[in-house]
Amino acid sequence: MFPPVPNPGTEATDQTFGAGDLMRRSASKVTPPAERQTEVAKLIDVSKCIGCKACQVACLEWNEQVEEIGFNDGRYENPPDLTEHSWTLMRYAEYENPETGNLEWLIRKDGCMHCEDPGCLKACPAPGAIVQYSNGIVDFKQENCIGCGYCIQGCPFNIPRLSKTDRKVYKCTLCVDRVAVGQGPACAKACPTQAIVFGTKAEMTEYAQTRIADLNSRGYDKAGLYDPPGVGGTHVMYVLQHADQPELYSGLANAPKISGLVETWKSGAAKYTGLAAVGIFAAAGFLHYLVNGANRVSAEDEAKARDLVEGDRT
Amino acid sequence: MTNNWTDIQNADIVLVMGGNAAEAHPCGFKWVTEAKSERGAKLMVVDPRFTRTAAVSDHYAPIRSGSDIAFLSGVINYLLSNDAIHTEYVRNYTNAAYIVGEGYGFSEGLFTGYEEDRRAYDRSSWEYEIGEDGFAKRDMTLQHPRCVYQLMKAHFAAYTPEMVQRISGTPEDKFLKVAEWVASTANGERSMTIMYALGWTQHSHGAQNIRSAAMIQLLCGNIGVPGGGINALRGHSNVQGITDIGTLTASLPGYLAMPTDAEPTLDSHLAKRAFTPLQENQVSYWQNYNKFYVSFLKGMYGRNATADNQFGYDWLPKLDTTYDALKMFDVMHKGQTTGLLCQGFNPLMSIAYSGKSVAALAKLKFLVSMDPIETDTAYFWQNHGEFNDVDTASIQTEVFMLPVTSFVEEEGSLTNSSRNIQWKWRAADPYFESRRDTDILADLFLRLRKLYDDEGGTAPGPIQAIDWSYADPMAPAAEEILRELNGRALTDLRDAEGKVVRRAGEQLAGFGEMRADGSTDGVQWIYTGVYSPEGNLSQRRDNSDPSGKNVYGSWGFCWPANRRILYNRASADPDGKPWSEEKAYVFWDGQRWGGADVPDFPPTSNPSLRTGPFIMTPEGTSRLFARGFMAEGPFPVHYEPFEAPVLNPMFPAIRGNPAARVFDNDMEIFGDAEEFPIVATTYRLTEHFHYWTKSVRYNAVVQPEFFVEMSHALAEERGISPGQMVSVRSHRGEVKGRAMITKRLQPLQVDGRTLHYVGLPLHFGFVGQARKASPVNSLTPPVGDANAQTPEFKAFLVDVTPLADPVA
Repeated sequence: MFPPVPNPGTEATDQTFGAGDLMRRSASKVTPPAERQTEVAKLIDVSKCIGCKACQVACLEWNEQVEEIGFNDGRYENPPDLTEHSWTLMRYAEYENPETGNLEWLIRKDGCMHCEDPGCLKACPAPGAIVQYSNGIVDFKQENCIGCGYCIQGCPFNIPRLSKTDRKVYKCTLCVDRVAVGQGPACAKACPTQAIVFGTKAEMTEYAQTRIADLNSRGYDKAGLYDPPGVGGTHVMYVLQHADQPELYSGLANAPKISGLVETWKSGAAKYTGLAAVGIFAAAGFLHYLVNGANRVSAEDEAKARDLVEGDRT
Repeated sequence: MTNNWTDIQNADIVLVMGGNAAEAHPCGFKWVTEAKSERGAKLMVVDPRFTRTAAVSDHYAPIRSGSDIAFLSGVINYLLSNDAIHTEYVRNYTNAAYIVGEGYGFSEGLFTGYEEDRRAYDRSSWEYEIGEDGFAKRDMTLQHPRCVYQLMKAHFAAYTPEMVQRISGTPEDKFLKVAEWVASTANGERSMTIMYALGWTQHSHGAQNIRSAAMIQLLCGNIGVPGGGINALRGHSNVQGITDIGTLTASLPGYLAMPTDAEPTLDSHLAKRAFTPLQENQVSYWQNYNKFYVSFLKGMYGRNATADNQFGYDWLPKLDTTYDALKMFDVMHKGQTTGLLCQGFNPLMSIAYSGKSVAALAKLKFLVSMDPIETDTAYFWQNHGEFNDVDTASIQTEVFMLPVTSFVEEEGSLTNSSRNIQWKWRAADPYFESRRDTDILADLFLRLRKLYDDEGGTAPGPIQAIDWSYADPMAPAAEEILRELNGRALTDLRDAEGKVVRRAGEQLAGFGEMRADGSTDGVQWIYTGVYSPEGNLSQRRDNSDPSGKNVYGSWGFCWPANRRILYNRASADPDGKPWSEEKAYVFWDGQRWGGADVPDFPPTSNPSLRTGPFIMTPEGTSRLFARGFMAEGPFPVHYEPFEAPVLNPMFPAIRGNPAARVFDNDMEIFGDAEEFPIVATTYRLTEHFHYWTKSVRYNAVVQPEFFVEMSHALAEERGISPGQMVSVRSHRGEVKGRAMITKRLQPLQVDGRTLHYVGLPLHFGFVGQARKASPVNSLTPPVGDANAQTPEFKAFLVDVTPLADPVA
């Protein structure tokens, strides 16, 4: 067992990192701290995960998110996808292993990977809407978010979700507020089987090797650690039974990298074209606002929504 | 559980069958993942569905719901015919060597003594031959043709791998792998734990499912050893406590028996329970039954219980028959019940055949629901369209809802599956006018007693004689109740030499101190020691493990006597030496028994006395042959569920369990395979807790709506697409839900034909935050296990048809 983070005491704890530890800040320059904080990481061991969704509930509770009660659409995924409130989601894939003839139910906890080289941050045109701390945590600062959705395009994992209510983008914070006071993320705390563990990136990488050895001994020759170099490595890593085929796990990206467009953007020429486009879209949006006014929910919309929720579905 | 949660870490093989531990017991299941990752243990899962437990297993074998005995008997046959048993354990610690009387026999699926009109057996021929010395005869060479070992070989020989495949639908290779892994533990060096739950109990032959598993563990020598055991995973956090405390239909606290009509006096009750040893030098601990019984009566009636009035035995009710939940609702359905008090109980959801339950509740004069939440039962009279289609105006039942505190709003103890009694402290204030259950019951009791005092009435004794000496009679404290369960000395207790060993008024340290002369009390003998002179030991939170054997003996208090593994003397050989260094646990050091745990044995009993480790039985051994203790026979037999898709392939003339109770007019409500060709099984989802959490928003978010799990093959055959609404009908009702089409269910080949089945999660009803659904128990049959009357929820027949989706 990897020792869990001990429970906090009753005394207030000082924050171990903050604004002074920023390594990157979207659309702005920062002076990186002289000394980098120890890199942290969350390790998700798919082979220990029982798909109980305790992590989903812990995430909603800790972050005080109110999620809609949906429907069953014939799958175990509830809600059916990540949302502005559900920053993590269990995804279930049924895989018939051609080598063994056995069925495998590959259950993966989806959410932000906290890339060392974050595509979202690089794509973001709003100063300070996305920040990266020197311990590796990538966090969205909604007060600076302009709701353009570029981060969604920039993310190689399709994680950020735009809120329909406040037009800001949301995703997993790696419980930055808990980690700052020496606690692990809420999902790791809630996980009953230690499929989610939290520590320094070095510890997690080392611990993962023991899990991989165990999986190798059970016939999973291709078991391995998912820490994709295309994004500089990640601060959320997976232990996979089939590390050579991450796409088996509900389409986990195989060799993800930041979209070429984002890279070109950041490097120069495309940036100005892009910024011009941003300007044009912003102006167009403003014009739309002037003409049509702010988005409002009409009585008709309300009725439709009510029908959807309460309507006779038999 | 014979063993405990943390002990699962000591297992080499984990078999989960008749349960879905990862899903229904996710926190306890962490000990399985620990055993796997730290010890390299292998997990195998046998289940009709590829469950979330199967998702993390090393081997999965499918099985037709309701055919577990055929599968397990196949394993027994494999062990016996390949001589893959722990021979010395079997010879010395089971009744394999005992010689059964000549009158015993088995043919055409029935044992000797069957009385068809009663649907019951005369069990007198299922006994040992008794020698002239008064002890049972044995043949330690296991060669005698009527010794249990030889009878077993003959009885189970029919359960070949081919027969298992034919009955259970389990492919032969997948079955054999299970059998081989089981056999790998039959040596004292490795051990296997078996974890089961309602997937085994909720059958008309549930108790025999578990017996079959226990027999496998005995053949392998896996009982009483670390990492072994037969481990029942209980369905609520305190359901172990509920059975311990005597809410079972025929039990008093501590598994003492409720008196029956045939036992008019205390002596007549006790005389039937003498438990005379069947071998020399055996403990036969139930010989102390009278001490526990009298202490219980003293706890109930205090000073009113005296030797002259049989310690108040007359005030106990005497049963004419058992009144389990199914029987209770049958009686209610006949209009013979005036009122029902539901305390933390939602029977409309949890009892079979909810159509009958609604009709029964409508015949009550009053219904009281004591619950922290509004239950479906409390709203049984309300019309919810197709989900609860009742004619409200015609129902005259008066319903009272008394809000009670939830578990976090009150202090007290919980007893978990490991028999560990753990105190918990109040964490939040109660809402509004909600009261503790005990306060409501105390209030009710005191009002009843006052009515008797003021007005008299029939049989005032049982109410007026009760000892109610709590500091605040209106609010008995949880601490007071735990002290009362533990018991104390009422006068100075002296040993044989006259020395005072316990002063009057002191708490008892163990049930060994209890007396039959009225000088001790204690309502619940098995809990004695939890509130000892040292204090409330259920509050201990010391997680040190000095032996390194995953015992954690100073965490809470495990009944009995703080033992973490029952029968642990069996972890050593007859001479008291551990079977292996790896599994050393409790052993003889030349003077005393000691080791990692509290020995389940007289501490100074010399191994040369050959006292058996199974100290509760008069034999001193465990029982492969159950004698007359099981309703349907001393050995398990494959009987089909009452609603079965095939005739019994072994005994086609027998429908269901021949000794299971069927109510007068219930035989006609069983459906047949022609009209209802699909097997259905109900189950729980990890996202929900029974019928509570559909009222909790977050749980409703992560699993919002009822669904019907089925294979691609069935969906194709019936023209059903993913997420489409389907109707599931049994002979008793209908439910509707979305189709979840999955590879995790596959059609099985059973007795030469392709068999389909569906899985139905049981959590959804018409009250709460989750989407409305008809109770899944509108489908299930009201027939129960022949011994325990647990309803047959896990195997019944339905038909499935697609429904047109509403136009968007």
